Amino acid sequence: MTTAMAEAQNSKDLRQAPVQGSTPPVGSTTTGAIAVAAESTVATRMSASPSFDVADFPVPHGREEEWRFTPLDRLRGLHDGTAVATGQGVKVEVSAPDGVTVETVGRDDERLGRAGVPVDRVAAQAYSSFEKASVVTVPKETVLDTPVRITVHGEPLDGAAATVYGQLVVELGAFAEAVVVVDHTGDAVLAANVDYILGDGAKLTVVSVQDWDDKAVHVGQHNALVGRDASFKSVAVTFGGDLVRLNPRVAYAGPGGEAELFGLYFTDQGQHQEHRLFVDHNTPHCKSNVVYKGALQGEDAHAVWIGDVLIEAGAEGTDTYEMNRNLVLTDGARVDSVPNLEIETGEIVGAGHASATGRFDDEQLFYLMARGIPEHEARRLVVRGFFAELVQQIGLPDVEERLIARIEEELEASVA
Amino acid sequence: MATLEIRDLHVTVEAENATKEILKGVDLTVKQGETHAIMGPNGSGKSTLAYSLAGHPKYTVTGGTVTLDGEDVLAMSVDERARAGLFLAMQYPVEVPGVSVSNFLRTSASAIRGEAPKLRTWVKEVKEAMERLQIDPAFAERNVNEGFSGGEKKRHEILQLELLKPQIAILDETDSGLDVDALRVVSEGVNRVRETGAVGTLLITHYTRILRYIKPDHVHVFAAGRIVESGGAELADKLENEGYEAYVKGGVSA
Repeated sequence: MTTAMAEAQNSKDLRQAPVQGSTPPVGSTTTGAIAVAAESTVATRMSASPSFDVADFPVPHGREEEWRFTPLDRLRGLHDGTAVATGQGVKVEVSAPDGVTVETVGRDDERLGRAGVPVDRVAAQAYSSFEKASVVTVPKETVLDTPVRITVHGEPLDGAAATVYGQLVVELGAFAEAVVVVDHTGDAVLAANVDYILGDGAKLTVVSVQDWDDKAVHVGQHNALVGRDASFKSVAVTFGGDLVRLNPRVAYAGPGGEAELFGLYFTDQGQHQEHRLFVDHNTPHCKSNVVYKGALQGEDAHAVWIGDVLIEAGAEGTDTYEMNRNLVLTDGARVDSVPNLEIETGEIVGAGHASATGRFDDEQLFYLMARGIPEHEARRLVVRGFFAELVQQIGLPDVEERLIARIEEELEASVA
Repeated sequence: MATLEIRDLHVTVEAENATKEILKGVDLTVKQGETHAIMGPNGSGKSTLAYSLAGHPKYTVTGGTVTLDGEDVLAMSVDERARAGLFLAMQYPVEVPGVSVSNFLRTSASAIRGEAPKLRTWVKEVKEAMERLQIDPAFAERNVNEGFSGGEKKRHEILQLELLKPQIAILDETDSGLDVDALRVVSEGVNRVRETGAVGTLLITHYTRILRYIKPDHVHVFAAGRIVESGGAELADKLENEGYEAYVKGGVSA
């Protein structure tokens, strides 16, 4: 019987907290670090400074801090300039309720590039390469009662997946409220960045679903700039793809901002799913809460979770917590989970993080089966339970139902 | 009438790169309506017997047979055994995060009964059973065994016993870690099930205390991996007065 839980539980009074607990699944790492430093290493660890220009980034060789977990040979050339845009093959459709403006704009539009600067070569490649951007605007004080739905569907031409660079901007004026669902399906090689700009007091919930076919490659940097007293909630749901690598990032434009970043992923045989979060507490009296959970199954399933939080010297009154949990259902899967918290001021409300990777517990399975519940149903109960708190965060019944159905499908595949 | 027959059962466990034989030829017959107490010192193999009957994968059956009404129990998976009518109340019930008690009970009852119980009668059934065991209704929405005290875990086990209505119930040290009040509540629950006459009970315990509440028809002394003496309720009195020393040191071990 194996019951393995590797725990890293840290709070701000620990300068450096080692990994506690016992063996995670073979090859997996769960580490945690809190550094109290005068200068951020979150930035200096990167191999180049942020830039909109791809030429400012050397072609990665794989040993850089930001690339060391990513299989570069599966990026289809997005990282080295060889991925040439095919122009079509990815269809983007926006359906928005009245009051929302949806535009397609050129590269010179002044509303682009305001929420954040590309931090790695693929993000810069996307920014340097897109031809048209989509801009979705919710005017100030407009409260939407139905979600904005954006579908991104990749349809291979003559059997070849399209290579596409994209840019999306979602902007909410002051005190506007909206829910945006971005749904990725089909097959494509996509490098696309998204900017979320929240005016003062605005409330935005974003659900980004990566439900790609098995061969798709998707890399993107998602920047949120949270205005004064604004609330940003993001739910990233990653199921599909050969390789998905997302960089959700948050910064604050004024005090009183709140960010909740939720994520769930189900990493299957051979899939690489990587979520690299960064919350920059650059402004006083802001909050952030990060919860990502993943289940893995099958040979060479690889999930990577990086959670960087920086509390800058001027960000007094910050309250932040981040957590990552992984449930490894079979042998052969690998998790790398690295929370990293840097604190440049002690004048904060709270800061902490936790990371744990555990195997599916055979004792739980025995207990449920000893009550007559068949094995596949017992696994389903446990995995559904594991994800339940996050699924409930979505708040959209149709997305929740689809999600549960996909979890069930994944589990069926594992039993078969 | 349901009958559990254990014949010459041998069981081993892997420990520190060695295979260790824990059960060394257990013979026992439990019929519906009967209550058998199995008593013995720590390490005698009592819990191994309980878990082996339920099919825990840690234990390997190397010899003997177990049948329920002639059906080969050892050939069944863990869940098949439960659906065939075996129930094990565990000494250390397992926490199942994210799965609520109400969801768990209903899923389990649906599996055992072969169909989902009708919602209205089911809610009433659970509510009444919880009241009898003095379980707070708020428990239904808590995760299975998560944060439960020792007494709450045992009451939750007996709640399942009452709802699942097995033919053979194995209670593995259900009395351990209970104060007198909790022991009484749990024992009353077991007795309600016994009084239906529909269950054969195998009560595994280290102490005679629980036998003041649950009167056994047969008492067996378990030592060194098998039953070394059997008798009526009076055997428990003898153990109460004399302890297990005679069995541990008395040269009856295999």
